[in-house]
Amino acid sequence: MTAFSGLSGQLSSPLVPLAAVDWHAAFFMLFAALACACAVAVVLADSVVRMAFYLVLSLGATAGLFFLAGAEFVGAMQLMIYVGGTLVLLVFGVMLTAQAPFVAIKPSTGDKLLAGMVGAALLAVLLQAAFRVEEWRRPAVAAATAPAPTATPLGMALLGMRVDDPAPGSTGVRSGYLLPFEIVSVHLLVVLVGAAYLARAKRRRTPRAIDVAASAVPTVERSARPSSSALISGGRP
Amino acid sequence: MNQAFFLPCAAGLLSAPVGVAHYLVVGAILFTAGVVCMVLKRNALGVLMGIELVLNGANVNFVAFSSPELRGPGAASLGLDGQAIALFVILLAAAEAAVALAITLNFYNNHATVDVDRAEELKG
Amino acid sequence: MADFLINSLGLPDWLAWTVTAVVAAVLILNVIAGGALVFIWAERKIAARIQDRLGPTRTGGRFGWLQSLADGIKLLAKEDLMPEGADGMLFRIAPYVSFCASFCAFIALPFAFDFVGQRLNVGVFFVVAVLGLEVFGVILAGYASASKWSLFGAMREAAQVVSYEVPLGMCVVVPVMLAGSMDLVTIAEKQSGWFTSWYLFHDPFTFVIFWVYVTCAVASVNRAPFDLAEAESELVAGFHTEYSGLRWSFFFMAEYGSMFLVSALAAVLFLGGWNGPVPVARLLGLSEGTGDTAGYLVRLLGCGNLLLKATLGVLVMMWVRWTLPRLRIDQVMTTCLKYCTPIAAAMFAGAMLWQLALPGGLLRGLPSWLSRPAGEIREGWLEGPGGLRTRASTGAGDSSNVARVAP
Repeated sequence: MTAFSGLSGQLSSPLVPLAAVDWHAAFFMLFAALACACAVAVVLADSVVRMAFYLVLSLGATAGLFFLAGAEFVGAMQLMIYVGGTLVLLVFGVMLTAQAPFVAIKPSTGDKLLAGMVGAALLAVLLQAAFRVEEWRRPAVAAATAPAPTATPLGMALLGMRVDDPAPGSTGVRSGYLLPFEIVSVHLLVVLVGAAYLARAKRRRTPRAIDVAASAVPTVERSARPSSSALISGGRP
Repeated sequence: MNQAFFLPCAAGLLSAPVGVAHYLVVGAILFTAGVVCMVLKRNALGVLMGIELVLNGANVNFVAFSSPELRGPGAASLGLDGQAIALFVILLAAAEAAVALAITLNFYNNHATVDVDRAEELKG
Repeated sequence: MADFLINSLGLPDWLAWTVTAVVAAVLILNVIAGGALVFIWAERKIAARIQDRLGPTRTGGRFGWLQSLADGIKLLAKEDLMPEGADGMLFRIAPYVSFCASFCAFIALPFAFDFVGQRLNVGVFFVVAVLGLEVFGVILAGYASASKWSLFGAMREAAQVVSYEVPLGMCVVVPVMLAGSMDLVTIAEKQSGWFTSWYLFHDPFTFVIFWVYVTCAVASVNRAPFDLAEAESELVAGFHTEYSGLRWSFFFMAEYGSMFLVSALAAVLFLGGWNGPVPVARLLGLSEGTGDTAGYLVRLLGCGNLLLKATLGVLVMMWVRWTLPRLRIDQVMTTCLKYCTPIAAAMFAGAMLWQLALPGGLLRGLPSWLSRPAGEIREGWLEGPGGLRTRASTGAGDSSNVARVAP
């Protein structure tokens, strides 16, 4: 995408209608529209699986926005960890719990109204903050042709050596992110061990509520979902 | 909350080259959608999706502030710090999603539902 | 190409860039689709020969060249079915999600020195990340088919792909460490020369890592012996049971596209990319960086090299499929967690120690065409405001035999 950013609005002829299209802005509009539309769709969707799908699209579009802003490493990391890891986990959770009676749990109308008002107020506050600072509106003209930053400074910063600009007024180099990096590594380990422990299969003396619920519903009405499997296996799934 | 304030600003943003304000608008919409999702959804996984949207809105803001290409002339950007913060947010969000899902699965096993309105008893 | 269009034909900027982008996208699409056609035919022939029979012999002459085309026409003409109770939108969109993930990864893959869709500095990371997104199409397909078998197949495949991303990532980090950059073009450039400069022959740890990469890549694209998710003998057809016609063919284009992609990635990372075993261009005195016809021909030769290596990788995958029996899902997970991951981690540590101990390669002190420059310094370490050289505040260090990676 950085290849396109050097062409901000060069008019070759006044007769060509699209000559003023700034490709950076066009792709930004595309990704931004996709991200926002899918985020709103997450709120408005009824089935939780569709919500998960729209969330995947929204986060993928956000990764595109990161690439456009020049943060290529963060964009790739968003794709790999957020979309490819966290959302896969979420979709697994959705599949495991999305039985037919529970797929669409609707809130009441009063709740929806209240949530709408809260959302509108919050959006107004945030948008006002976004529009207020003058210097956030115009981009730097020269930076559009600057070479794309590499991931090396970020990698070096994570190892504790800041090779981008040094701290002003001192001869030393600012310390990097080595300590947070190590902390986050240990944190991830602890969290994953904890999550695996929490979600383990436990030996129970009384049956789980989910097993009681599953055996209480008669076979015929059990759920509309695996109807074809009932046909294949001839009755009892 | 002056309505006449927003429309000219929005129209101005659509025709201007992409700056930080554009990214902040996207971040604001993602954040608000996430908050409404957290408030509105009765499905525990829906609430979790709202949390992910909120974190992403914040990430968009951080990345916008960190990019030197989007700033006005002469303004300093966060530079590498913004990207590093966004990185750590992604990692921590992944960790938090794992734990939240483990809790949700336990809840589902114990109550046969993921409706958060049924989580009324503080019992083991 | 856009510069050519702008300067010679006088097209406006936006049109030139649009045409360039469309041409690049169509080229990549043809690589995937045409490759899928050829690979499907090759798979049937190879399977047949391994099973001591002939395979397609009627359509298009003695060797059945047009069998794939005939299959394609048949698939186009099939009835568009959707199971009752399936989630309509998700059912329809799932094959395209899978195909898009496979297609997007080709953006960062270099076919020759300048033949790359977009030269990303985080190329390797991007390709591995996008490969992992293919699993969404599978999960959506399995869920939206409203069939228990599809859901089981989808869950197994998702678990397998996500688990194998871990050792795959570790295997991929080793060439990145050796080259000093995640840029695929840089990694392949560093392996230019004779075949001894390929990373496969760099040190024994990298050699083992290559084979671990092959295992993880085959598991990652759900090919046999790891193809339990689409096992015909157990789950009818797994996640794509309910798909027919063009939708099914999209899944298969995605699968063959991914196979080609991981083979091409192996070629770039370990087998020298577009560099052949003998540096023909350098011996002839030509360079691939020039803009004239000779440079273009050199790049074309490099592209042919890469395509040949990737095709060989795909053919080996097909050979393995029809030779080895299928692994059970618990065996698949055991291979990943108990074998591939520890071996990859140990080999990664070994490669790192080798690079520290013998930076000039095993043949240090010999003429420069046999050994490597010692102590390759990565970009940004020396120069820059916070770099080592600036902080040392003395004169320039000894950089005569230091290869500096250009950003």
